[in-house]
Amino acid sequence: MHAVLARRQLNPDVTRLDVEAPRIAQIRQPGQFVIVRRAETSERIPLTIADADPVRGSIALVIQAVGKSTRELVALQPGEAILDIAGPLGRPTELIPSGHAVCVGGGVGTAVVHPIAQGLHARGVRVTSIIGGRSREWVIFEEELRRLGAVIVCTDDGSYGRKGFVTVALGDVLAGGGVDAVYAVGPVPMMRAVAALTRPLGVRTIVSLNPIMIDGTGMCGGCRVSVGGEMKFACVDGPEFDGHRVDYDELQDRLATYRQYELEALRCAETQCRLGPHLTNLPAAEGAHSAAKPAEPAVVP
Amino acid sequence: MSGKLSTRERLSIPRQRIPEQPPEARASNFAEVNLGFTEQLALLEAQRCLQCKDPKCVRGCPVGVNIPRFLQLLTEGKVAEAAQSLLCDNALPAVTGRVCPQETQCEAECVRAAKGEPVAIGYLERYVADWARTHAERLPIEKAPPTGKRIAIVGSGPSGLTAAGELARRGHEVTIYEALHKPGGVLVYGIPEFRLPKKIVEQEVERLRRLGVRIECNVVIGRTWTLPELRARFDAVYIANGAGLPLFLNIPGENLKGVYSANEYLTRVNLMAAWQFPRNDTPVLHGQRVAVIGGGNVALDAVRTARRLGAQEAMIVYRRTKAEMPARAEEIHHAEDEGVRFHFLTAPVEILGNEKRWVTGLKCIRMEPGAPDETGRARPVPVPGSEFVLPCDIVVVAIGTRANPLLTSTCPELKLNRWGNIVVDENGMTSLPGVFAGGDIVRGAATVILAMGDGKRAAQAIDAWLRGELKPAEAQTPAPTG
Repeated sequence: MHAVLARRQLNPDVTRLDVEAPRIAQIRQPGQFVIVRRAETSERIPLTIADADPVRGSIALVIQAVGKSTRELVALQPGEAILDIAGPLGRPTELIPSGHAVCVGGGVGTAVVHPIAQGLHARGVRVTSIIGGRSREWVIFEEELRRLGAVIVCTDDGSYGRKGFVTVALGDVLAGGGVDAVYAVGPVPMMRAVAALTRPLGVRTIVSLNPIMIDGTGMCGGCRVSVGGEMKFACVDGPEFDGHRVDYDELQDRLATYRQYELEALRCAETQCRLGPHLTNLPAAEGAHSAAKPAEPAVVP
Repeated sequence: MSGKLSTRERLSIPRQRIPEQPPEARASNFAEVNLGFTEQLALLEAQRCLQCKDPKCVRGCPVGVNIPRFLQLLTEGKVAEAAQSLLCDNALPAVTGRVCPQETQCEAECVRAAKGEPVAIGYLERYVADWARTHAERLPIEKAPPTGKRIAIVGSGPSGLTAAGELARRGHEVTIYEALHKPGGVLVYGIPEFRLPKKIVEQEVERLRRLGVRIECNVVIGRTWTLPELRARFDAVYIANGAGLPLFLNIPGENLKGVYSANEYLTRVNLMAAWQFPRNDTPVLHGQRVAVIGGGNVALDAVRTARRLGAQEAMIVYRRTKAEMPARAEEIHHAEDEGVRFHFLTAPVEILGNEKRWVTGLKCIRMEPGAPDETGRARPVPVPGSEFVLPCDIVVVAIGTRANPLLTSTCPELKLNRWGNIVVDENGMTSLPGVFAGGDIVRGAATVILAMGDGKRAAQAIDAWLRGELKPAEAQTPAPTG
């Protein structure tokens, strides 16, 4: 069991949980993640370690509430606990030894970029962070990143910082020259756009991928991604890869595999909340790959 | 019940059939297929054993269970003693009684097999082991006094559990590190409920815990702790971290939605209980037509799982013939009864998808048996121009695994073969003194019982090593692949 020590809502969708995990807090490196299983019936989900406090023995998980599992995670309060946390998993970030790095974070990806910026800063690399959100309230980790270097904030609506996507700001920074590497974490379209900008300039670009994953140790192969035409497992070969070689279309497509099921799980959870377990015999979802009805009536766990 | 039957009387008893769920019922549930012998059937079957002076069956057993002894005790009505005897030889008899390929091991060696049917050793092992599970209070825990020696075991699969039991009984302090959240390894993530109920694995694990074995889950050796760190903290280490990375076919279409490795498909259903979605949060795609590529036990587990998840057409696609399938005979038979379709001498060449990148079919080519290959089996050769498409919406690739580099890559001093498997000497010791290894990480994908045999041998070697009776040898010869 891993106690939740602190909980902070960073924006309407994104919550930061500081949870007890002393060993992981001690040894985690930038870019690494953990597999989390909240309770007995929960999914195993991969979450990047956004920060760690080795003295307190805690790690920070920054979670965007999207489906049932993530909503349940962000609902955890201090004093409650996560059943299982395994890690740290994945290869640590390949940090450039010196020079100037630009860290691009989009949405919740900004939390993932944070430990990378920390690692770069610690070895004396100059860090410029470009972070974005829909509007002011969606911008996260600005303060933490300001401690590590310059920060350029971008909002889609211009309510804070520059108006427009992070890629516009990145284009300006790249135009100034002297950028040795770009680290980009965010929605797939953002990472694709960043790679498209840096590719013609030959600027080394590293992206962190978030495919569907179960064990996180290489055993299931569910997190396979195509990099330079080769099959890679994000859990053991990544999660960070050369951004110029990733097949983003495939990644985005595979992320949608369980969309019908995710909707059904949410609908089911909401139905149970409101109406009780007797009304959970759901119609099958549409599409060729509809979720089958439960083998037996679902009950509230 | 008398144990003093004459040989003629024993010979006159026919092999007893194990009661099983009717195929039409079990094809849509996850309950165990075999129901197990009743006491009456078990006693009758045990009397078929001729109590050979030189029991060949024991030699056929990778862990050397003294089969005649426990069967004799059973016929004498001493079931507790029979259980004690069995448990002394085999740490997980309720598991092996269900998943061992007895027909190529103990039962193949049984003298009665020469003229008729062998003694149903597997079913009897299962019967006695199940009695032991449900009568734990009647089985004293026999354990040597503490030695003060500490041993770390990497992986809680059949090999690790077996080694743990052996070492704990010898008085050593054993800690198992498991990467997943539940102990059991392939017994919980791989082998389905209908073949090996998870409750049985839990009870077998619980018995080891009563022996004093500690199990720490969610610890990934190679990440949470490295091998050198373990060596520093323990007197010996046994690596049994299992098979590892699933192999794919390297054909077009393998990253379409609806393509699974068998490991992922089975892990979702078994470990994560996706068959109970949405009561459990982990989903698995339900297909109407599921094609499983491969001919081993894992392929059969996957195809029978697909059937239970509601597939109208659950198919095996195998490039050789039925006779060459490496799967257990009983599983093939059960799959046939459950309506699984077999496409033999068929090899996949491409997975086809629609514009939304969902699987729609498997393009295959017919094969014909060619000249024997290095395994002695006919090498399948494609028949030119024989391509055809099997329509399907799920493809499961069950063609094996390769060594997982997670642990080995963090310890470069550990000697590996060219496939990344750990090299061990005849005692199971690796190139690092005091570090032993066994099971699939040494053999490549093999069986539960061979992994257990490695665990048992390694435990004996570790015990000798800790007493200073074993010296490190030049690690080179891989363990025999029974």
